[in-house]
Amino acid sequence: MSAPHLLVHEKKDTVGVVVVEGLKAGTDMLCVITHDNSAFHLTSKMDVPIGHKVALVDIKAGDTIWKYGQDIGVAKADIAKGEHLHVHNAKTKRW
Amino acid sequence: MSENAMFHAQTAQNPFNGGAPDQMVTTATPTELASIDYKNATFTGWRRENGRVGVRNLVVLLPLDDLSNAACEAVANNVKGTQALPHAYGRLQFGADLDLHFRTLIGIGSNPNVAAVVVIGIEDQWTNTVVEGIAKTGKPVVGFGIEGHGDIATIAKASYQAKRFVQWATELPRETCSISELWVSTKCGESDTTTGLSSCPTVGNMYDKLIPHGIYGVFGETSEITGAEHLCKERAASPEVAEKWYKIWKSYQDDVIEAHKTNDLSDSQPTKGNIVGGLTTIEEKALGNLEKIGRECKFIDALDAAEAPAKGPGLYYMDTSSAAAECVTLMAAAGYVIHTFPTGQGNVIGNPIVPVIKITGNPRTIRTMGEHIDVDVSGVLRRDMTIPQAGDALIDMIIRTANGRLTAAESLGHREFVMTKLYRSA
Repeated sequence: MSAPHLLVHEKKDTVGVVVVEGLKAGTDMLCVITHDNSAFHLTSKMDVPIGHKVALVDIKAGDTIWKYGQDIGVAKADIAKGEHLHVHNAKTKRW
Repeated sequence: MSENAMFHAQTAQNPFNGGAPDQMVTTATPTELASIDYKNATFTGWRRENGRVGVRNLVVLLPLDDLSNAACEAVANNVKGTQALPHAYGRLQFGADLDLHFRTLIGIGSNPNVAAVVVIGIEDQWTNTVVEGIAKTGKPVVGFGIEGHGDIATIAKASYQAKRFVQWATELPRETCSISELWVSTKCGESDTTTGLSSCPTVGNMYDKLIPHGIYGVFGETSEITGAEHLCKERAASPEVAEKWYKIWKSYQDDVIEAHKTNDLSDSQPTKGNIVGGLTTIEEKALGNLEKIGRECKFIDALDAAEAPAKGPGLYYMDTSSAAAECVTLMAAAGYVIHTFPTGQGNVIGNPIVPVIKITGNPRTIRTMGEHIDVDVSGVLRRDMTIPQAGDALIDMIIRTANGRLTAAESLGHREFVMTKLYRSA
């Protein structure tokens, strides 16, 4: 398998992590779920830095965000599949 | 040519091939890598008077208080092969904060990486408290009070003593010890999303392999468990340990976070560096952090800060700050001799008495600051290295470090020694 662009922890997750430098909008990303090594493809809608997250599905404002198969917070705005998800459109539910 | 020999030859020919140049293997490295048979792996260490084994052989000049730093540093300048540990506190502390101060200093002096200690304090009484605490290990320790003598006479007396200690310590023999005699701590720093994917599970895999063979492990970072507390509690070895752990975590939430909060934790957790690295929430950070304890280990006790583990070999939790230098110092004071430190964005921390092994999976960090990294696990992100292979690479580096290889932090002079303070002095 060639090196993936995006890694996802668990099948249940709604975000994945960019693991290559200089990812450009429009890239046909090879995505791998580390839990079972299964692969899929997704097109990035934006330039996203290494280590940052991309939405795997269309996420609505108020939706829970899943990573590691766990609740990591809530969307503050609608985030389309393939878009960058970070502090500008997501936050913890704790505070 | 054996597989190992080939590995050595290739690495030696081109040290820049495959990540951080610091990872290259020298001819001095034993040809049998520890991970091939880690259960029976050995290293050569120094067995101390109390039976514990150290991987460094230091003569330490330990100031009781901030006022005694100058004298300790002067002695370290006079006598080569010594290490002064200046710090900021030690006057007018009281109660639990003073207890922690003494526990930390006595623990640092008692750590088996330390062969002998000279303690210098402003006055005799508290200086003697530290000397007597360290003396329980049986190792050589002498104290000097400055009052009534002044810095110059104190420095002269302490220098003669330090010189005797250095010449004695440098003749101490090393002996072959089992990997099971190692005490290995962990704490991550400048985390990002790659730590949860690669470097933290690397440490977890090392613990899953070595804890069943008798090593002592410890993790901490109370604030950075927040968001994964439900999972952490499940990893306690018994309901009693789970309850003890939960009380520590809850009291941190109530007594520290609630008592001192501004708006929320977002200005400190995740940190600005974490956010640049792609971490969005404290939950996401905590879930990555917890990967350091692997899949199988259970923690057998929840320790107070700098408290030595007393329930035998196994994994422990320690109530620590998540600030790197404070946490590593507390774990060193509890008797841990090697620290494993996953980083994402690139933390540069070291410790004066404990080698800190840095592990990263972030290829940008390898590219931009590889000189700080000891173990490159970026192959995990490319899917050409598995987590068990990364765990083996870490075990190899732990043994190489125990055998004397200086870590990146040691060779670059990182000696961050930071006392934890619980509240303001009287």
